[in-house]
Amino acid sequence: MSDTTQTGPIDMGSSAGNGKGDKPGPMLAADGRPLKRSLNRALRRQKLRALALIAPLLIFVLLTFIAPIADMLFRSVENDIVSNTLPSTTEALEGWDHTTGEAPSEAVFEDFYFDLFLASEAKEHTKLGTRLNYEKTGVSSMFRSTGRGLDDIGDDYLDQLEVIDKRWGDGAFWYALMSGTGTPAPEVVKARRKVLTRMSGDVLTGDVGFAPSNAIATLLPTTVRAYSDFAVYTALVDGKDVAKRDPWESVYVGLILDLNKADVSGYTGPEADALKAVKAALPEIKQVSLQSFFQSEDKDWVDPSVWATIQTYSPKYTSGYFLNAIDMQLTPDGIQMRPENEQIYIMLFKRTLFMSMMIMGSCILLGYPVAWLLANLPSKSANLLMILVLLPFWTSLLVRTSAWKVMLQQQGVINDVLVWLGLVSDGDRLVMINNQFGTIVAMTHILLPFMILPLYSVMQTIPPTYLRAAKSLGATNWTAFWRVYFPQSIPGIGAGSILVFILSIGYYITPEIVGGTTGTFISNRIAYHISSSLNWGLGAALGAILLACVLILYWAYDRIVGIDNVKLG
Amino acid sequence: MASTSDSEAFVAFERVQKSYDGETLVVKDLNLSMPKGEFLTMLGPSGSGKTTCLMMLAGFETATHGEILLDGTSINNIPPHKRGIGMVFQNYALFPHMTVGENLSFPLEVRKIGKSEREKKVMRALDMVQMGDFANRRPAQLSGGQQQRIALARALVFEPELVLMDEPLGALDKQLREHMQFEITRLAHELGITTVYVTHDQTEALTMSDRVAVFNDGRIQQLAPPDVLYEEPENSFVAQFIGENNTLEGTVKEISGNTCTVQLDGGELISARPINVTKPGDRTRVSIRPERVEMNKERLQEGVHLLKAEVLEFIYMGDIFRTRLRVAGRDDFVVKTRNAPDQVRLKRGETIEIGWLPEDCRALEA
Repeated sequence: MSDTTQTGPIDMGSSAGNGKGDKPGPMLAADGRPLKRSLNRALRRQKLRALALIAPLLIFVLLTFIAPIADMLFRSVENDIVSNTLPSTTEALEGWDHTTGEAPSEAVFEDFYFDLFLASEAKEHTKLGTRLNYEKTGVSSMFRSTGRGLDDIGDDYLDQLEVIDKRWGDGAFWYALMSGTGTPAPEVVKARRKVLTRMSGDVLTGDVGFAPSNAIATLLPTTVRAYSDFAVYTALVDGKDVAKRDPWESVYVGLILDLNKADVSGYTGPEADALKAVKAALPEIKQVSLQSFFQSEDKDWVDPSVWATIQTYSPKYTSGYFLNAIDMQLTPDGIQMRPENEQIYIMLFKRTLFMSMMIMGSCILLGYPVAWLLANLPSKSANLLMILVLLPFWTSLLVRTSAWKVMLQQQGVINDVLVWLGLVSDGDRLVMINNQFGTIVAMTHILLPFMILPLYSVMQTIPPTYLRAAKSLGATNWTAFWRVYFPQSIPGIGAGSILVFILSIGYYITPEIVGGTTGTFISNRIAYHISSSLNWGLGAALGAILLACVLILYWAYDRIVGIDNVKLG
Repeated sequence: MASTSDSEAFVAFERVQKSYDGETLVVKDLNLSMPKGEFLTMLGPSGSGKTTCLMMLAGFETATHGEILLDGTSINNIPPHKRGIGMVFQNYALFPHMTVGENLSFPLEVRKIGKSEREKKVMRALDMVQMGDFANRRPAQLSGGQQQRIALARALVFEPELVLMDEPLGALDKQLREHMQFEITRLAHELGITTVYVTHDQTEALTMSDRVAVFNDGRIQQLAPPDVLYEEPENSFVAQFIGENNTLEGTVKEISGNTCTVQLDGGELISARPINVTKPGDRTRVSIRPERVEMNKERLQEGVHLLKAEVLEFIYMGDIFRTRLRVAGRDDFVVKTRNAPDQVRLKRGETIEIGWLPEDCRALEA
C-alpha cells in the first residue's frame, strides 16, 4: 500500500512508515481502524439479521432432525449396557482367559451373583439378556430364568440363620447391624447409588437413610455392598424406609461368604454377638458354591463361550453392530465372517444399489421424452401435461402402491388382459408382483416426477435456436439432438438421477408392499430391526452404512460430473 | 414493385404466402429474386414478415403457398440441413458446451470432412474474422463482439453460397455494430457470397446492402438500392421509414409533366414532383428530406413557392444544426443544416421563409 491510497488524515506518521517499508501494512479506514475490521463490523449486523431469520428453521431442524439422527447413529457403536448392568463382573472377567476352555473362577460368579441380583430387582437383566442374545443365541432365556431363581439360595441360608438366631429375618435387626457405630463410611452407599443410576438410566433423588460404619464395611464388605444395594433401591426407587424392611436374599448370601473369611472375634459393634454365633455355627451351615448354584439354574452358565461373549462385549463401545451389518461378527477370537447361511446384509446392500440404479435408469428413459414434450409444447398443452405429471404427487403413496398391486398381481388387470388377448394361457399367468420387477415398476412410477421436473426446468432454458443452428449447419435431426441438445440437458439428467437414486436407495413403503422377499431393500431390514427385533444398534449401523454409501456416491458424482452442473430449477 | 424471377436469379421467391393460424397472412404474395453475390437486406418494423421470409428460406418454416427457388431448383421440400445455407442467428446460437474450435468444426464434421482438412478450414475461418487465438475458448468466455465474429465464421466455414443473417448485430453497442457492419460487408464481397440480411435498423440496411427490400404488412413496399430508396421512396411508408422525413398533407391542384402544384390544407401552395398521384383533386402527402429544405432564398430558383416558418427549437449537434419549425400548421417540420461558417444560428420565435427544389419534394399517395 502506498501513502496515496490511504485516506485517513490521522496517524500519518505510522502509515508513512508502512508505505515505505517492503511489507505493505493493513489498509486503514477513515477513522484509523484496519479496513478489514471496519468492514466486518459493518457486515456483522447483516449477518446477525440473516441468522435471526433462519434461526427458527435451524433450531427446528436441529432438534427434530439432526439430533435424533445423531443419537440414532450413535447407537450403532454404543454398548455400555453390559458394563452398566454387570459392572463388577466385567471388571472381574478382565483377568479371565477364554482360551483355557474353563468357566471363570468362583470370584467372578460371586460378583456376577450380586450384579445380577440388583439387575433383576431393577428388572434390567432381561434387557441385557436380549442384547447378548444378538451375539449368542440362548443367552436371553438364561438371564430370564436365572433371574427368577436368584432368591432360592438366599432363602436357604436365611432358614439356617433363623435356626441360630430368630432375629436374622428381621429388618430392624439388620439395619442396626449394618449401620454399626463409629465413623460412618457413606462412600459404599454412594458407589452403589451410582451403579443403580447407570444401570436403570433414571435420575435417583432423595436420601437413602443408611450409612454403614467404617468398621462393619471393612469386616463384611460383600454383605455391606449387598445391603447398600437393597437400601438404595428400597429408599430411592420404592420410596420405603430401609430400617423397617427385610433385606434382600442376596444379603444373607453375602453374610455367609463374608463370614467364611472374616474374623469377627474383635468386633464390638451392635449385634456383634449374633455375628459371632453365626461364625461359630458356620461349619454346620450347608453351603453351595455360586458356580454350582448357577449351573443348577442353567448348565450353560459354566459354558466358557457364554462368558467369552460377555467378555468380548464388555467395552463401552463396540464395532460389533457394524461387523454384523456387513455379515461379519466380533467373536472372542477376533473378527470373522458369518457362516454362509447367515449372510444377508451385503446381498441386501448390493440389491438395493442395483435396483436403485435400475429405477434411476428407467426414470431417465421414461422421463426424458416427457420432459422434452413439456419444454417444447405450446404452454396450454404443456400445462395440462404438467398437471398429469404432478397428479401422482397429489395421491397418497399407499394408494399408488396398492394400485400397482391390483394391476400387477396374478389375478390382476394386466394378467387378465393378457389372458383375454390369448397372449398368456390361464395356467401360467405372469408373476409381476412380490419380486424385483414389481418393485422396479412401482417405484419408477412413484419417482418419475422427481426425474421429469429437473429435466424440464433445464430443458426450458435451452433455446430452440440451438437446434435450428445445428440443422442450418448441416446436422440431421438426430445429430442435432445428440450433439447439441442432449449435452446441454445433462445437468438435468444429473439432478434428476441424484434425486431419484437417493430417494430410492432409502425407500421403504413400496418395497415393503410390493417387494415380496426378493424385492425388498436394506431399508426394510432396518425397519425390521427398529420395530420388530428391537436391535436398534444393528439398525443404526445399517443406517449409518447406507448414509455413508449415499455420501460416497454423492462425492463420486461431484468428482465425475461436478455438482455445479446440477440444476434443480 | 418487386421484380419477378428470371433465369439468372440465384434465390427466388415466387408468389409466396405464409400463414401461421389459417386466418391471417403474415407474408402476402411475396415475389423476389436476387442474383448471385448480391447483399440484400430485408428491412421492416417488427411483425412485417421479414424474419418469416428468412425462416422459409432457411427451411425452418414452410411456405403456405408459392415456391422458393435456390439456384433454379425448388427447395420447398428440402429439409434445412440439406439446403447448405449458412445462417447467423440473432443471439449467435453458439453451442455453449463446445469450444470455439469445436463449434466451427461441427458443420465440417457432419459433412464428414477429414480431421486435418477440418482443422485447416477452422483456422482459416477464424483468421478470416481475426479470432485465430480463440479456438480453445468457450463461447461464454468471449465478449459479445467476439461471439458475433465466431458466429459469422461458423456460418462461413463450410463455404456456403448463400448466407442468411437474422439481426446479427442487434445485441452489440453502437461502435462495435458499425465496425461489424463494415466487416460483414467486406467479407461478403471478398468471398462473393450471396447474403440475405434481416434488420429493423435502417442505417444498417442503407450502409451495408446492394439492395434493400422494405417490408411492411407482409409485403415488399419497395426493393431498390439504398440511394434510390432514400432519394426516391415510392410510397409514404418507405418515405417515413427510411431516414428522417417531413410530411405535409394537401390536395393536388395541377399536374404538368414532372411537377405539380399542391395546395396544403392551410391554403399554401407548393411545388412537388408527382410520384403516385395522377390527377388534380387527389389527396396527397408530400415528403421532403430535412437536409433538402433551403432557408437561404438566394440559393433557390426563381418562382419557387416559399412557406412561412416559425422557429420552435434550434439544436446544436456539432456537425449539423437541427431546427424544428412550425410550417403550415404542423409543429414537427425539421430542417437540418450543415455547420458551415456562413450558416446563421436561428433563435426561437424567429420567423423565416423556407423553400426547396420541386424535384426534392415528392407528392405521394395519401
